[in-house]
Amino acid sequence: MKAAVIVFPGSNCDRDVAVALHQASGTAPAMIWHGDSTLPDLDLVVLPGGFSYGDYLRVGAIAALSPIMQAVRRHAERGGAVFAVCNGFQMACEAGLLPGALMSNAAGKYVCRHVAMRVENTDSPFTGGYDAGQRISIPVAHHDGNYFADDATLDRLEGEGLVAFRYDNDNPNGSCRDIAGILSDNRRVLGMMPHPERAADAALGGTDGAAMFTSMVETLS
Amino acid sequence: MSTEPNEIEITPEIVAEHGLTTDEYGRILNAMGRTPNRTELGIFSVMWSEHCSYKSSRVWLKTLPTEAPWVICGPGENAGIIDIGDGDAAIFKMESHNHPSFIEPYQGAATGVGGIMRDVFTMGARPVANMNALRFGSPDHHKTRQLVNGVVAGIGGYGNCMGVPTVGGEVNFDPAYNGNILVNAMCVGLAKTDRIFYSAAAGIGNPVVYVGARTGRDGIHGATLASAEFDDQSEEKRPTVQVGDPFTEKLLLEACLELMATDAIVAIQDMGAAGLTCSSVEMADKGGVGLELDLDKVPQRETGMSAYEIMLSESQERMLMVLEPGREDLARQIFAKWGVEFAIVGHLTDTGRFTLKQGGKVVGDIPVRPLVDDAPSYERPWEPTAPRPALAAADAPAPNDMGDALLQLVGGFDGCSRRWIWEQYDHMVMADTIAWPGGDAALVRVHGTKKALAISTDVTPRYCFADPVEGGRQAVAECWRNITAVGATPLAVTDCLNFGNPERPEIMGQLVGCIEGMGEACTALQFPVISGNVSLYNETNGVGILPTPAIGGVGLLKDADQRTGMAFQAEGESIVLLGETRGHLGQSLYLRDVLGRVEGPPPPVDLARERRTGDIVRGMIRSKLATACHDLSDGGLAVALAEMAIAGGIGATIDLPGTDIAPHAFLFGEDQARYLVTTTQPEVIQSMAEASGVPATVLGRTGGTELTVNKCLTISVEVLRDRHERTLPEHMAGS
Amino acid sequence: MQARVFVTLKNGVLDPQGKAIENALRGLGHEGVEKVRQGKMFEIELADTDADSARERLQVMCERLLANTVIENYRIEIGGQDAS
Repeated sequence: MKAAVIVFPGSNCDRDVAVALHQASGTAPAMIWHGDSTLPDLDLVVLPGGFSYGDYLRVGAIAALSPIMQAVRRHAERGGAVFAVCNGFQMACEAGLLPGALMSNAAGKYVCRHVAMRVENTDSPFTGGYDAGQRISIPVAHHDGNYFADDATLDRLEGEGLVAFRYDNDNPNGSCRDIAGILSDNRRVLGMMPHPERAADAALGGTDGAAMFTSMVETLS
Repeated sequence: MSTEPNEIEITPEIVAEHGLTTDEYGRILNAMGRTPNRTELGIFSVMWSEHCSYKSSRVWLKTLPTEAPWVICGPGENAGIIDIGDGDAAIFKMESHNHPSFIEPYQGAATGVGGIMRDVFTMGARPVANMNALRFGSPDHHKTRQLVNGVVAGIGGYGNCMGVPTVGGEVNFDPAYNGNILVNAMCVGLAKTDRIFYSAAAGIGNPVVYVGARTGRDGIHGATLASAEFDDQSEEKRPTVQVGDPFTEKLLLEACLELMATDAIVAIQDMGAAGLTCSSVEMADKGGVGLELDLDKVPQRETGMSAYEIMLSESQERMLMVLEPGREDLARQIFAKWGVEFAIVGHLTDTGRFTLKQGGKVVGDIPVRPLVDDAPSYERPWEPTAPRPALAAADAPAPNDMGDALLQLVGGFDGCSRRWIWEQYDHMVMADTIAWPGGDAALVRVHGTKKALAISTDVTPRYCFADPVEGGRQAVAECWRNITAVGATPLAVTDCLNFGNPERPEIMGQLVGCIEGMGEACTALQFPVISGNVSLYNETNGVGILPTPAIGGVGLLKDADQRTGMAFQAEGESIVLLGETRGHLGQSLYLRDVLGRVEGPPPPVDLARERRTGDIVRGMIRSKLATACHDLSDGGLAVALAEMAIAGGIGATIDLPGTDIAPHAFLFGEDQARYLVTTTQPEVIQSMAEASGVPATVLGRTGGTELTVNKCLTISVEVLRDRHERTLPEHMAGS
Repeated sequence: MQARVFVTLKNGVLDPQGKAIENALRGLGHEGVEKVRQGKMFEIELADTDADSARERLQVMCERLLANTVIENYRIEIGGQDAS
């Protein structure tokens, strides 16, 4: 699998997701600076977690305008896979790769803990390693993970099976309809607030996220 | 103050405003050979402030042990360094940001975290873990809730954005901190032993480079603020508090580490307290050179800044470097890539003087050596703290109900879960945190290796207040124990000595006593002090804090698979108490929280016993004989059992051994040098312990859903957990 | 030319910060505080001299960066005059 992690000013989960991908695929992903304007031929682009631009203005808003994002958009339009975690999810929404927006957590506080989630859709390159309805535990770490979209959009996402993960009676941020992660129409772009790269190594307290990386390696290679 | 000219008559009032005594001003006249101008006076005042010169504590700090075969760099640099094998070094320091955090809790705490991280990455290390030691006033005090909210959000706001995990810490609540909270932040970084950077400038003519955020009028006189008592007017000091920008610091970190991978840097120093002044002077002094700055070249955020303001600004996220000649362009390109300001602001000279130019004129010219070497050092008068009479058994009676007493302790503000706090910190980023907050010590892997660092911050201020020497010993011993309890070898400590006004002999006596106790313990446990910070004048209207020498310790576990935690692992395992129990209730949490009394001496610390017991426990953990381990501290045996049961979600049944110690003293006494371990081979543990002369008592077994101490108490683990977890969230949600 | 842009959350979008501020105001004893919604205000210095062209440019800025129209509304004020 040819994968690349985009590094934005303020990204800080770029190394973590690269380590998880490396472990699953045996190959280290390329690290690409946000100021570049072209991407090599890739099977997977990762928008990592962190605090791009310090979360200033709105989370993900300034990064969504980075030079590389044009190339990421073209990659997605060609049917390329994009895995957008946490701050990456926020950017993907701001960049229009996914519908909706991420708002401040309802409790108004940053939250870092494991949350219980349910796998809602297993028909994607990211979630194929799970059983439908499987309950998994993955950490979140964010201040703005409160997914919001209007009712029509939410109905459409649910109707078309584009909700990938839902919090399982454990919503840490007040997101609409307990949404933790969503897929694009072609199911090739996944945005999610929880961090599977933090749950792919038993020493870190759980391996429920590992199936995502093995699924990506199997499906996208 | 800002618009005043540089050449003014220095009146006694102006000298006093700068926190200098008449005698100290005399030393300045002597060093200068003439009357200083306003900028020069300002520079002396910050360099000779308590915060920068340690003038009240220096003579005592010198008595602390600072060496061991694994120490690469002790106190005196930005942070201390230890060798952790394979060419790896751990670099760490703890620092206070007490006064700014009381005035503006979010920004005060945030910039404290930012400052300590800069201290660590200045030396070439990537920060890998943040810790803290926090003290707040009474939970019911009208300011406490807002201060806790602000400090916790500020620590998280900075560390989370930097992508450095905050892996643990400690928190106490006590009315003694009502007017002076303590925010001590610690950072641990990793570097290669052959890529460490120091601050000594070298190479006459070499360029002096400024990188990072622009200089504004923030925090002017922060260092002198940190060296003065509070009074009711302190609210008005708000404008001197700096605002942190963690995003800029993250870029500064990445740019500095990228430049450090080249051969361009001769010396580097972060601009912390007293900003440009302290960093320039320290670099010049350590290198035995002169340094000239052109203040017009200093990147400025505001217009019309005077030399005085530029030199005393405490704007955050700035660094000063001396570069190899000809490497300026390489450095400039790296900083441009990261979008960080870069300016050549001066050069090194052979004059031995610190020279400042602005608008083509010399606005300051001070000989470097006296600025550092002539700093006053005081052997302030001190009185030893009177020993407390022993606590009579009748003064520490049994509770009406042992179970209720235990619930009171695990749900009390000093015993309850800190989850509400640490869930606001990203404790997992960098994906190497293998033991989270809430255990004895945090464990962070050395990235890409089997090694892990164990980190813990500790002190028991009520012990230090009752007996500073014993309290100083205990703080070090508890830190050493916590690192041992996860299986690691304790290697070195950083300290943050928080005290009241040193001009009062009884406060000075607390400082002297605590340092004496710390020194003994650090020597006996081979746990040297390699960096640290002193924060004095933590008083408001003459009321001082409890003496609080916070100890931040670091240990090494060569094989992270050998670690253990405090959670009960399985049903049916034996629970063994290692160490001697005497039932010491003086200054215990039980006495304070259940009986409402603060009396007696703290538990004595026998350092030889500590070492013997800890060394044997560490061996049991590494050989996998011990399946779980927890050190005994606040609340004694009963609280330790409850915490192990809550963490594992497994109960236990305990029989107290037949002794002449009253059951409540056995359960709640705080005798030192004790650990609880679980095991499937209690006979092996017992014979190993006996061979080393360490008492080992099999107390019972894990299992079931309740914690039962026969003839004393039975509580379900769920009820214990509920009481333990509920306190802070409920209190913080109130208004 | 001096312009101001006000960005506020759309009606119906939860505003936890506003809610917290509202509670804090009540806690301070300010009775009759019925609702607080918070937002952002930008002060922008423009080289433009023509208000119409300035407004057009500001609208593009709002749509592209200053506001997220999924959740936010914006209002432009030029030289103290409401321009949206």
